[in-house]
Amino acid sequence: MDTFLGFDAVTLARMQFGFTVAFHFIFPAVSIGLASFLAVLNALYLWTRNEAYLRLFKYWLKIFAITFAMGVVSGITMSYQFGTNWSVFSDIAGPVIGPLMAYEVLTAFFLEAGFLGIMIFGRDKVGPGLHMFACLMVAVGTAISATWILSVNSWMQTPQGFSIGENGQYLPEDWWAIIFNPSFPYRLAHTLTAAYLTTAFIVGGVGAWHLLRGQRENPGVRTMFSMAMWMAAIVAPLQIFLGDMHGINTLEHQPAKVMAMEGHFESHEHGAPLYLFGIPDQEAQELKYAIGIPKLSSLILEHDLNAPLAGLDTIPRDEQPPVAIVFWSFRVMVGLGFAMLAVGLFSLWARYRGRLYEAKWLHRAALVMGPSGLVAVIAGWITTEVGRQPYVVYGVLRTSEAHSPLGASAVGTSLIAFVVIYFVIFGAGVAYILKLMHHAPALGERGVRVEPGPIRTSGINPDRQMRESGHDIAPETS
Amino acid sequence: MFYSIDLTVAWALLLAFSVFVYVVLDGFDLGIGILYPFFREKSDRDIMMNSVAPVWDGNETWLVLGGGGLFAAFPLAYAVIMPAVYPAIIAMLLALIFRGVAFEYRWRASSRLSKRAWDAAFIGGSVTAALAQGIILGAFLQGIEVEGRAYAGGWWDWLTPFSILCGVSVVAGYAFLGACWLNMKLEGEIQHRVRVMARAFFVATIIGIVAVSLATPFLGAGYAARWFGWPQIALTAPVPILIGGIALLLLRSLFHPTRDRLPFILGLVLFALCFLGLGISIWPLAIPQEITIWEAAAPAKSQLFMFVGAIVLVPIILAYTGYAYWVFRGKLDPEKGYH
Repeated sequence: MDTFLGFDAVTLARMQFGFTVAFHFIFPAVSIGLASFLAVLNALYLWTRNEAYLRLFKYWLKIFAITFAMGVVSGITMSYQFGTNWSVFSDIAGPVIGPLMAYEVLTAFFLEAGFLGIMIFGRDKVGPGLHMFACLMVAVGTAISATWILSVNSWMQTPQGFSIGENGQYLPEDWWAIIFNPSFPYRLAHTLTAAYLTTAFIVGGVGAWHLLRGQRENPGVRTMFSMAMWMAAIVAPLQIFLGDMHGINTLEHQPAKVMAMEGHFESHEHGAPLYLFGIPDQEAQELKYAIGIPKLSSLILEHDLNAPLAGLDTIPRDEQPPVAIVFWSFRVMVGLGFAMLAVGLFSLWARYRGRLYEAKWLHRAALVMGPSGLVAVIAGWITTEVGRQPYVVYGVLRTSEAHSPLGASAVGTSLIAFVVIYFVIFGAGVAYILKLMHHAPALGERGVRVEPGPIRTSGINPDRQMRESGHDIAPETS
Repeated sequence: MFYSIDLTVAWALLLAFSVFVYVVLDGFDLGIGILYPFFREKSDRDIMMNSVAPVWDGNETWLVLGGGGLFAAFPLAYAVIMPAVYPAIIAMLLALIFRGVAFEYRWRASSRLSKRAWDAAFIGGSVTAALAQGIILGAFLQGIEVEGRAYAGGWWDWLTPFSILCGVSVVAGYAFLGACWLNMKLEGEIQHRVRVMARAFFVATIIGIVAVSLATPFLGAGYAARWFGWPQIALTAPVPILIGGIALLLLRSLFHPTRDRLPFILGLVLFALCFLGLGISIWPLAIPQEITIWEAAAPAKSQLFMFVGAIVLVPIILAYTGYAYWVFRGKLDPEKGYH
């Protein structure tokens, strides 16, 4: 068998896609949240004229600019990964998912690229109204982009609305059914909320860092920490609820995935236990050292203590996903979700006691939990993507039949190149972001423009136009 | 099914248009990176990068549209071409990452050394991306082995003297476009040096065009018949004649003391004619000598669904892009740049 460092071409192609997409998704997850956060900050500033909001807007705008750029360049890679490593999938599923992705380019990239320049540079040049509109359009653009791509992913999980042609291609029959496939609304809600929660914890972590460093009287620091903790308190429980809904939807359409998430190798006639821990042994088809709470899984999934739940013993071995990965990544995600909820509740208590800006243990917890959203998001994607295996289009096209006719060495070499280069390039970007975060937002916070640098997007920058037409150049405030 | 045939042609033209827009737009800003080694002063490099900083991001979006559109409208072609030129595509993507982040990081780097490193990333990324794009074009023209619905050739089939010739020609062509762009945007002493570059790369580009044109008919019988068979020759002959005419006008414009925009505009025309020549060689094939656009086409329902959106959205994108260029028109102030 053709292998590279012991892996075959399909495994390497899966590793490459998993690596590049996981790396990529970190940036949109943050920019979806930050774009909305910035729009809210700007709106609050226009409404209240409170300087703290403007200060925070400028502070986070700089971080947003770098995050967005890294999202763009790592995203271009994704639009070619389908063809390079998954050419059979591209050929067969292209007629269904290709148009959705083309719509993503046409509807979302246009909005983002079009209004980013005004958002970043244009406050004084286009007036507050149009500037606010630009902020909203960028936020909407990131959400539209997520909507299309999640529709594609959801269709791969719960495909419908197509037929299979003579040449083996999937032929679209009903676009409405394809786009609004059964898992799409749940996945969209769960993922967008995850992006907001991830961003809230990053903002909260940065706020906590500066509170711990003695910036308690800085109104920017206070405001961002307070806003982030409200988000944690409100959105974390909402996210847990949405996750539960998503899980019930998955149980209906992809039961094997839920069985792997739960570690249910065996069927349970009268209520299935919720396993908290255990070592899945797929060879032996059992969960070793299992610690579980009786009947709780049935209660969560079926809302009935005694509801029967089928186990992996009802699924042929060659239809089962890799249980250990799904089992553990699911627990990482859920564990972090409840830790986020705990921070949110902790903050409510501190707020009630009037010690939100003084409670050092809350700040320490928020700081440690700063990157937790990113980990939870990646763990969640691993759960749902590995849980779809052994299919790439669930129930229809096997992953092992979807890859490109490539040699293992070709895929392996490019994988190594991606890993090395991504760590160098994005490591540098993260270092620049951390450098920005290390400074507390200050009175008269500088915007993107006064730092040495180019105008950084295809967006409209009316500055030059104003200069040419002889207007005074206002002191930099945006 | 009659309308589906029209749709397929329409999509082929729309994709060809996207790729052409990508080639000329990203062509000149990749060209800036290719020209970087000839300008060692930091102030020169700053102003060169600033001349494309407002537009490069949007320019690159056309590449995503080209790739995404090919996937959506001609999935079979996408599925065959990508594995066939796999290493070149991967190299191009990684090069574009280096080039793209250099625009951001170069200005945030605090030490001299890291600034130099991002300069090197900008140069290496630009040259590699241009070279890879030319090689992909060459590999496409020389033919791709297909069996059933999949690529059936070897891993290094794309690497031939012909594809390397195409790669080097594209590097020269992009550098030429970049020099013409700078000639239009800059003034003073640096403009003089840029113009010398433009002349040198003009000669290299013409050599590349002639060499690729002469080599193409020998790649397969199909090409010779297309170009030299009767009666097509009545339609094909004007293309090389026009290219020759434009080349002469370009040469004159590159020595004209004041008409700074003309070389860039004529450069775009030259690229458009070369593109037309490639179209004559390829039409109506999606994979030369193997698969036609109709065989590679997605079902009519897919193409129609997208076409409805594209027909509305592409003009909006064009209008916006045109406006962004209009906002940034004219000479760059070396003191202020754009910031």
